[in-house]
Amino acid sequence: MDYTYYPGCSLESAHKSYGDSVKRVFSHLGCNLIELEDWNCCGATMYMSVKETVGFAISARNLALAEKHNRDVVAPCSACFTVLSKTNRYLKELPDLHQKINECLAESGLSYNLSVKIRHPLDVLINDIGIDKIKEKAVYSLKGLKIANYYGCQIVRPERGFDDREEPMTMDNLFAALGAENVYYPMKVKCCGGMLMTTYEDVALKLSKGIIETAVENGANCIVTTCPLCQMNVEAYQDVINKTYNTNFNIPVLFFTQILGLAFGYNDKELGIDTLLTEGVKVTEKL
Amino acid sequence: MKIEDIKIPGKLSKREEDLKNSFFRQLEAVPNSEKIKSCIQCGTCTGSCPVSYAMDISPRELIALFRAGDIETILHSKTIWVCASCYACQTRCPALIKVTDVIYALKRLAMEKKIYPPKFPVYSLSQSFVKIMNQYGRLHEPKLMIYFLLKINPFKLFSLIPLSLRMAKRKRIAYIPSKIKDLEGFQRIIAKAEQLDMPSIAEQKQYMTDTVGYGAVDKEIILETTKHKE
Repeated sequence: MDYTYYPGCSLESAHKSYGDSVKRVFSHLGCNLIELEDWNCCGATMYMSVKETVGFAISARNLALAEKHNRDVVAPCSACFTVLSKTNRYLKELPDLHQKINECLAESGLSYNLSVKIRHPLDVLINDIGIDKIKEKAVYSLKGLKIANYYGCQIVRPERGFDDREEPMTMDNLFAALGAENVYYPMKVKCCGGMLMTTYEDVALKLSKGIIETAVENGANCIVTTCPLCQMNVEAYQDVINKTYNTNFNIPVLFFTQILGLAFGYNDKELGIDTLLTEGVKVTEKL
Repeated sequence: MKIEDIKIPGKLSKREEDLKNSFFRQLEAVPNSEKIKSCIQCGTCTGSCPVSYAMDISPRELIALFRAGDIETILHSKTIWVCASCYACQTRCPALIKVTDVIYALKRLAMEKKIYPPKFPVYSLSQSFVKIMNQYGRLHEPKLMIYFLLKINPFKLFSLIPLSLRMAKRKRIAYIPSKIKDLEGFQRIIAKAEQLDMPSIAEQKQYMTDTVGYGAVDKEIILETTKHKE
């Protein structure tokens, strides 16, 4: 199956490992990811909350570009996924806004006719490919991994998408099928603080600390996430959190595609696990 | 103080009237924004909010203040800036109010009216973001942090050095920003959108009527004018 791939800015730089592992996993399962030609930044929360017309317009430029190909768009970054889906939905619901945005797009010879579908890779893996097929392709068992599944806010909210908004289960089911143990984790859709890490650091540190603490207290040996910003706040800032709260956390935070890649038999380097600031995880039991 | 500046219960000052109109215009980008009138003040939003502890006005109070005709107070609060956009409130609201989007609208209104709290990082961050977007069409995180910190607190740059070094060691910093090909077309889209974003006069929506707050005010004014005719 073919999909249009929208990497987003973060997957080009600080979280290249996420992009790399998504590509590995998809090609392993026989799916083609074709990168969207000349994509631009989705605008993120920053633009959307500050200049809405500009935010919708630049986000819609990607949708207009993607519309030329008759494929679903896969957006792994949670912020990109939310912003692109939200733009898509609001343009459908508000004809006035749609007209206004098309006026902007016309400036560079584009127009958008509302036909694109935005998908998250987790959604594609579970609903298009299916857990059974993934299980077939696995080489290693995930036995020994005690996973805290951290979905974050933006892939399940604001509208109900492919999973429940309060108690999502897609990752839990996936990893359970591959032999991992999912620990009790009530923080699965709690907020890590997001961009507040740059603007109100104290608030974001407190939120991120809660996410790590709950995982550790419930016996997890790794946190698995779907969002680059969550990964940044919860992993890279662990040192800062330790200093601020006098704690001693050192728990790896991986992308769900990195864990899947391990089950498929790829090594740390191929999956970008060697770029983590923490130790990473190991799977040893062959199937 | 001029007479029209005095806030009389049931009547809006000129300033509030103006804020109300601008706020309604901002809400045009929110589908079903009229739901704001069906708030039952249950407090689910505040209870769900992970950052409400750091706010001076809770999300529930925010809606109450709007209905009482006091947008001015909301715009001066820390609340609208501390929102982390996690959408927990919006997901759980039993009255289906798009709380996060309402807060976005208030944020945009505060920027339009140039009302910021004394120490104000959010505006600087968004300015830096906009600057980079115009240059490249994509975000370059290291540049964003540098621009931003130079604006608010250059000394903080030093405190980020240890983390940056660790990130660099693990090859997680892209030194060269990536740039889109059709940058000119992209800039034209932004320019046009900026132009459409400018406030236009009196696009006031009449659908927000209620028995309290702004709705009641409108009704009272109508009653008064009919009285005069009699």
